[in-house]
Amino acid sequence: MKRAELVPLGLLAAAMIAGGMLSPHFWDLRYLLDSTSLHVETGLLVIGMTFVIALGQIDLSAASNLALVSCATAKLLQMGVHPAVGICIGIGLGTMLGIVNGLLVAYANLPSFLVTLGTLALYRGIAQALMGAASVKFPESLCGIDRWYLPGGIVPVPFAVFVVLAAAFGVALAKTTFGRRVIAIGANSTASEYSAIKVNRIVLSVFALSGLMAGIAGVMMDSRLGVARYDHARGLELEVITATVLGGTSIYGGKATMTGSFLALLLMAAVHVSLGLANVKTEIQLTIIGAVLVLTLAIGGVFSGAKAGGLAGRAE
Amino acid sequence: MPNRCIVSKVWVVLSLLGMLFFAACEKRETVQNNSSGSRLSVVYIPKNTGNPYFNEIVAGFEEVCKQQGCEFSTIAPSTAEATSQIPILKEQIQRGVNIIAISPNSPDALNAVLDDARKAGIVVITVDADLAGNEAHRDASVLPTDFSKVGESQIELLGSQIGYQGEIAILSATRDAPNQNAWIAGMKDALAQPKYSKMKLVEIAYGDDEPQKSATEAEGLLTKHPNLRGIVSPTSVGLAAAAQALQIANKYPSVALTGLSTPNQMRKFVQDGVVKAFQLWSPREMGRLACSLAISIKQGKVKPGEGVEFELPEIGKRSFGKNNVVITGPLVTFDQNTINEYHF
Repeated sequence: MKRAELVPLGLLAAAMIAGGMLSPHFWDLRYLLDSTSLHVETGLLVIGMTFVIALGQIDLSAASNLALVSCATAKLLQMGVHPAVGICIGIGLGTMLGIVNGLLVAYANLPSFLVTLGTLALYRGIAQALMGAASVKFPESLCGIDRWYLPGGIVPVPFAVFVVLAAAFGVALAKTTFGRRVIAIGANSTASEYSAIKVNRIVLSVFALSGLMAGIAGVMMDSRLGVARYDHARGLELEVITATVLGGTSIYGGKATMTGSFLALLLMAAVHVSLGLANVKTEIQLTIIGAVLVLTLAIGGVFSGAKAGGLAGRAE
Repeated sequence: MPNRCIVSKVWVVLSLLGMLFFAACEKRETVQNNSSGSRLSVVYIPKNTGNPYFNEIVAGFEEVCKQQGCEFSTIAPSTAEATSQIPILKEQIQRGVNIIAISPNSPDALNAVLDDARKAGIVVITVDADLAGNEAHRDASVLPTDFSKVGESQIELLGSQIGYQGEIAILSATRDAPNQNAWIAGMKDALAQPKYSKMKLVEIAYGDDEPQKSATEAEGLLTKHPNLRGIVSPTSVGLAAAAQALQIANKYPSVALTGLSTPNQMRKFVQDGVVKAFQLWSPREMGRLACSLAISIKQGKVKPGEGVEFELPEIGKRSFGKNNVVITGPLVTFDQNTINEYHF
């Protein structure tokens, strides 16, 4: 295990112990697993965001993409499109929206911060134009994915989906040529270009992956909430970026671990659940989560020995 | 190794901080555990934090819980985002509360988790806002006032200040605001009654709920209608702007002004004598009613159903309307004598 992963792991352990001390209702395996369902959509976006940030880019539009997919899918199913077809179109739409970001970043050479700041507003705007202030119901038979369990009746389906996808893309990031190229581009894009890596193509695929994850998460949210609205998951992108960076992915690119992202997401979930069960006021919850983030970064900084500090943090 | 040294220092500080935090919180939990037992525990979930309006509702809940020996807590999401109350609801179910009162941020995204709560034997009641179209997912709803009577109530208040005669005008929000239009229709219906027949509505102006535009429109009403006796503005932005305009033009008390707003926004104008009285519902009374009703439902003393009448201690007789909605009561009038009792 890498050092960067030890920090979220240690804090996760601390949060789990604290949770038990804060409330007698915390140590309940079924409840803990059930409460992951609230964070799985965030988690799926974190998978995509880990790749995006590893590249040295950012995708601020992920949550808006999710909202647009959830609205479009619900609308299609309401119009009587076959569920399998509608869901595939929805996930495909998410991927397409990611590709739009990717094209603008890779081939129009625009900074991803600006491109996705634009599409953050654009995608949510389209969702609002599509739905207005109304909400569209998701077909009853497809609702409640968070109440579907793997055989054994304890592990909810969304969590299982998240674990499988995180594992698969974790391997892709760490063990495949594709993953190594993502890291290489994040560390030094120009050098990668000279090493005959097709940088543009990889940037495009990574943004497509982020879109794909938003697509899956969008459909999942439809099923969990039973309704789609344009303003669902508003502001979620910040939580996604927080978890990714907490997990040890360098905001400057070139350094990333999916295990870290996964643990960081569980850490955030555990902090939320333990403070919530203890009835700690939301303002204080926010303060503690902010403090955890700052501390993690501080510890991570000390660990990686970034003596020069500042921007030099990108140099390994 | 200097690096090691820093790392261990960080860990020492971290663990100290952690211990402090746990100690503080653990203490809190013990107090809660000791005080529980067979007492009913009530939680109220407002739309968001830091809103004085909801603090008044909370005050109502606290009062009733104290009287009836219930354990009360309140927890709100930091934003009024549609799904922000879902984690809180799940946590409260897990904590094993007996009554959940909520001012919902979404009419439909909470359905599943509210069903979970009710399956767990928790009484669920909505306060101040309801789950339009999804009423089956809660036991009852307590709403502020009978909105069909707002128009008449406002005309009566204005009429009483101008001897029920003379030219009057309305300063509204936007032309297509449904609640504003419903209240204006109610005002017109009232003016058709013999009691108000000498009051003549000369203009309806729209300030779009923007302070500047509302002030301009109010000034316009004063110059266009020199015989104007009164203005009613059933929107807090319009009422404050009109009060400012009256004060600057020094037209009070010759032109009476009333409308709907909160005491905090109007305190200054009432103290200065620009506005004699205005109205709104009382969120504290709403909290008291909701809390008392929920407790009675939980104890099996009241069974919700359309048309069912019931009596609550220290509150009085009420009845369930359509979809088990209970109305708090008529609008409350705030004037120089009463305004300082309210803080929202």
